[in-house]
Order: sequence, then structure tokens, then C-alpha cells
Amino acid sequence: MTEHTVKAFDQEIGELRAMVAEMGGRAEAAIADAMTALRRRDLELAQQVVGNDRLIDELEARLEKLVVQTIALRAPMADDLRVIIAALRIAGVVERIGDYAKNIAKRVPLISHLAGEEPLALLPSMGQTVREMVKDALDAFAARDADKALAVIDQDRAVDDFYNSVFRTMVTFMMENPRTISESAHVLFIAKNLERVGDHATNVAEMVYYAATGQHPPERVRGQDILQQQDQ
Amino acid sequence: MSVRLSRPPALALIAVAVGAAIVLYLSDSWAAMLVCGLSGLFAAMWRREEAPGPIVQNRPPQPTEASDQPDLQSLIGALPDPALIVAAGRIATANRAALDLLGNHVLGDDVRLAIRHPAVTEYLFGGRPVTAAVRMELVGIGAPDQSWDLRIAPLSQTHQLVLLSDRSARQAAERMRVDFVANASHELRTPLAGILGFIETLKDGEAGADTPTRERFLAIMEGEARRMQRLIDDLISLSRIEADKFRLPDQTVDLADLVTEIAAVVRENGHERGRDLVVDSGLARAPVRGDQAQLSQLLHNLVSNAMKYGQPGTPFTIAVRPDSADTVRLSVTDEGDGIAPEHLPRLTERFYRIDSSRSRAIGGTGLGLAIVKHIVERHRGRLQIDSVPGKGTTVSVVLPVANGPDASTKA
Repeated sequence: MTEHTVKAFDQEIGELRAMVAEMGGRAEAAIADAMTALRRRDLELAQQVVGNDRLIDELEARLEKLVVQTIALRAPMADDLRVIIAALRIAGVVERIGDYAKNIAKRVPLISHLAGEEPLALLPSMGQTVREMVKDALDAFAARDADKALAVIDQDRAVDDFYNSVFRTMVTFMMENPRTISESAHVLFIAKNLERVGDHATNVAEMVYYAATGQHPPERVRGQDILQQQDQ
Repeated sequence: MSVRLSRPPALALIAVAVGAAIVLYLSDSWAAMLVCGLSGLFAAMWRREEAPGPIVQNRPPQPTEASDQPDLQSLIGALPDPALIVAAGRIATANRAALDLLGNHVLGDDVRLAIRHPAVTEYLFGGRPVTAAVRMELVGIGAPDQSWDLRIAPLSQTHQLVLLSDRSARQAAERMRVDFVANASHELRTPLAGILGFIETLKDGEAGADTPTRERFLAIMEGEARRMQRLIDDLISLSRIEADKFRLPDQTVDLADLVTEIAAVVRENGHERGRDLVVDSGLARAPVRGDQAQLSQLLHNLVSNAMKYGQPGTPFTIAVRPDSADTVRLSVTDEGDGIAPEHLPRLTERFYRIDSSRSRAIGGTGLGLAIVKHIVERHRGRLQIDSVPGKGTTVSVVLPVANGPDASTKA
């Protein structure tokens, strides 16, 4: 390959990585705004989050196009191809994180009555942990930092524990307050969405770790699985 | 002697005079030698006259060459706050503060890899040329809650200046005030109500007259009052730590020494549980960038918890071990009842207790782990709590190792 072609290829990879970072920034803002809207019962802010998700989707579409063009034009091999595919996969995961944020925002108008009650009190802390995971995963991506990626993977267990805690609390709450079951179900879905965002942040971290070291990260300790039988 | 004479001619004159003196000496003429000697003397005195300097003294040096004119690189380098020059969407120049904040890798990278807030990316990559200066408030660069004032100013068609200014200290101070009042009033009300209740009862003739009753009530009142005292100490501690949270500590603290110190204090205290302390000295030296007083408080809180919640007679261990290439792990392990997983994420919340009555009976304020968490955050470390119900708990703190005497490059 001539130097000119290599330089242009480097530019394309740089652009791909920058686009992933840009999408990441939007997804982070979406989660933050959705949780703020939930805490403040801010219906307008929730509406904005739903509307802005379109921008994340558009970025992902543009990125896909650039990936296809780059592969067609440069016919990259080995490591170069892996980097491009990694960018594509991470972009897909980030887009799903944006979708979960949108989903949370959509439920804000549906749970206004429960505000201030015990179940809602758990969500802000869970949201904060998840936001930090997403931030750290994206920072690790930008810096190609394997250690930071590992730290994110470690935090997933805390989020799983949080979710189990919310689940148990909500089940008890629903049994004691049957009239709130509809809204409580939405709170449960929001908690599940946050737990899934945590999982996705972990996926990004695993891909970053692999890209940086060439190896898969060590098997992570999982949180207690409430789907397992009680008497085990 | 006002004749100006610069050095070389004066020296030449002395040389001539001396030479002539030698010649005349050899020709035996004392008078002539005297004349030569005197003229040499005059020449020396002239020589001492310095050229008169400029009338205005002590001005800074004038620029004389083109290289004296400062360039953008040195200008940016001289600014204390993080500053970047962005050219065609890439970070062309960054000062030390910016690299410490955003990471050393950002130089030459697309600016979106360093700062990805939508407000910034929209402004710089929105398709419209950057023609006016803007100011934005951002949260989440560096530490998760750190807030910044970010300014973008166009320098030319292709170059922009990006400046960051830390707002978090101011915000933290404001929020602290509000939080302090809320927390303090709630937790202080309970013991205060208890004390007032007992005072009322003692004022009443019957209860006050009966000595055993009076002594019992007074003991309870003293206990409650001391609880309030400990609580206030912890609240003030917490406020101070929070106010300082975004200022990086600047001392170098050896964790191994710290552990030895605290272990000695615990053993000498004479407390029953002091005998159960085990020190696992995995590392002889573990220097970290930190604040001696705060790390001491952190370890004290963790040890205090282990002593309170571990089963009496069982060992509790302090260990300092290497964690990764550039981090070290300090952990305290006890063999108590352990903590159920659903409580783990909330343990560092202020006043969160699993069993309120037990915690209060042991003398806990509910703030120990909140204080530990904030100290760990200030030190850019990580807090990890692992527990198996029925077996015990390990609280670990992972901290970055200090590099040599000047640790200012590690963020």
C-alpha cells in the first residue's frame, strides 16, 4: 500500500472511532437526562430524550455506511479488519444503550404517583452506578485502556445485586399495595433497563479489552441469579 | 578622569609603559623609569573607568531575534487550567493540565475522543463554521460528578481554542451546606428527644429521688449525648472531605507504614478485640499519592467496623498487596455475620443501616463507610466490598501507586 492510501485509511479508522465516541456521548446524556426526568417528574425533559434518540440512530446509520465503504475501498486485513468490525459492534451496543434510555424516558409519565415512595428511592443510586460504568467503558475505549475496561467488568456484579434488591422490594410493595401494581411494573421495567445498560457497558468493556490485549478478559463473577432455584 | 578609554587600548598603554620602563632601566635612567611607571599608573586608573550605562536601569531584556516571539505552543503551555487548540477537528496542542485531565493519548486525536458531550460535538462537528465564542456548562469530565465551564473561541478559519475551568469546588460547597442541615437535623433529633425525655422524667419528684433509677437514666443520657458528639464529629469530617473532593492530594503516603502505625494503636488500646488483629504484610513499601490524615481516618474506620461487626474471638486482618502494574490494594477482612448481597450496593449511603438497633447499640454513627467512600473518590481509587453471609466481609481499597518524588503526572 502506498503511504497515501495508508494515511487515508488511518483517517477513516480515526473517524470511525470518533463517531463511536460521539454516539457514546449522546447515549450517556440520554441516560442522565432520563434519570433526571424520572427524579424530577419532568415530562418535557423525558420528551426530549425520546426525540433525541433519533440522532443516535442516525449516527449509527452513518457509521455503518462508513464501515462498508472502508471495507469495500481498502479491503483491510487481519488487525485492521478487526478494528473496523469492533467499531461497528461497539456502535451497535451503544445504540441499544440509547434505546434503553429512551424506554426509561417513555415510562416517566406513567409512574408519577409513586414518586417519593421507597421503590423509587433505589433507582437513582442504581442509575448513578450504571452511568459511571458507561462513562468508564467509553473512556477506556477512547484511551484503549485495558485496565479501565477490567474495572467496568467488575462493577457489573454490583448492578446485578442492585437489580435483585429492587426486584425483591417491588414484589413486596406490590403485594402490599395492589392498586399500584401497574405503576410498580413500570418501575420494575426501568430497573431492568438499567441492569441491561450495565450489561451493555460490560460488553463494550470486554470488546475494548480484547482490542487492547488480544485476549478475552478473565471470566467475571456474576451476581446472584434469582432465577436459580431457592434451595440450591 | 573623564576621558573614556576602553580596555584594550588601556592595556596596550600599560604594556608600552612597562616595556619602556624596562628599556630605560637597562639604560640606567631613573627619572625616565619613574615617568614610565607613572604613565602606567595613570593608564591603569583610566582603565578602571567603566563606560557609563543607559540612564534608565534594570529593564527586562529586549527581544532581539525572531525566536524571542512567543508561539501558540508556549502560550497554551503556560496556562494553569486545561486548554486545547483544535485544528480541523483534531487536538493540535494541549497543555499539561489538559493531558492530566483527558489522558495523555488525546494529543493528535479527534477531539470527540477526548470530549464527547453532545453540546461540544454539535458545536464543532455540526456542519456550521465556528464563528462566535461560546460558553457551556458540562458535567462528567474527569470524575463522574465534576462540573466544568467550557469555552470555545475561534482563532482562525481552521483553529479553535478550548478552555476548561473547574466549577465543581464551588458547587460542592453549596450542596454541602444544604445536605449538612438535612442530614444533621434528622439524625440528631432522635438522641436529643431521648435526652429531653429523660430530663423531664428526672425533674419529676419520684423518679428523680430514687438513686438507682436516677443513675440508670443519667447513664443513658450520657450515652446518647456521646452518640451525638460522635455524630457531629463524623458529619463535620464528611463535610470537610466533600469540600476537598476534587482537589488531588499532594503528599506521598506509605500504606505499609500506615498499617503498622494503626496496628500498634489498636493493640495498645487494650480493647478486647485488639488481640484478634492480624497484619498481613504482603508489601514492605506501598507509596501512594494521598493525604496522610484522610488515609489514616479511612483505615481507622474500616478497622473499627471489623472490630465491631466481626465475631468476638475471631481474627480480623489488614493486608496491603499489589493489585496491578500501577495500583496497590489495601483490605480489611473480618469473620462476622457477613452482609446479604442486596444490601451491598447501599452500604456507603449515609445513615444506611442493615439493623438499626444493633448498629446504634454498638455505637455506630452510620457515616463510617460514607466517609471511606468519599476519601477513596478523592484519591481516585476504587472501593470494593465483598461479603459472604455467615462467613465474613472484606472491604478493599485500590489506590494508584505514586511514581517517584514528583507524582504530578498521574491523574
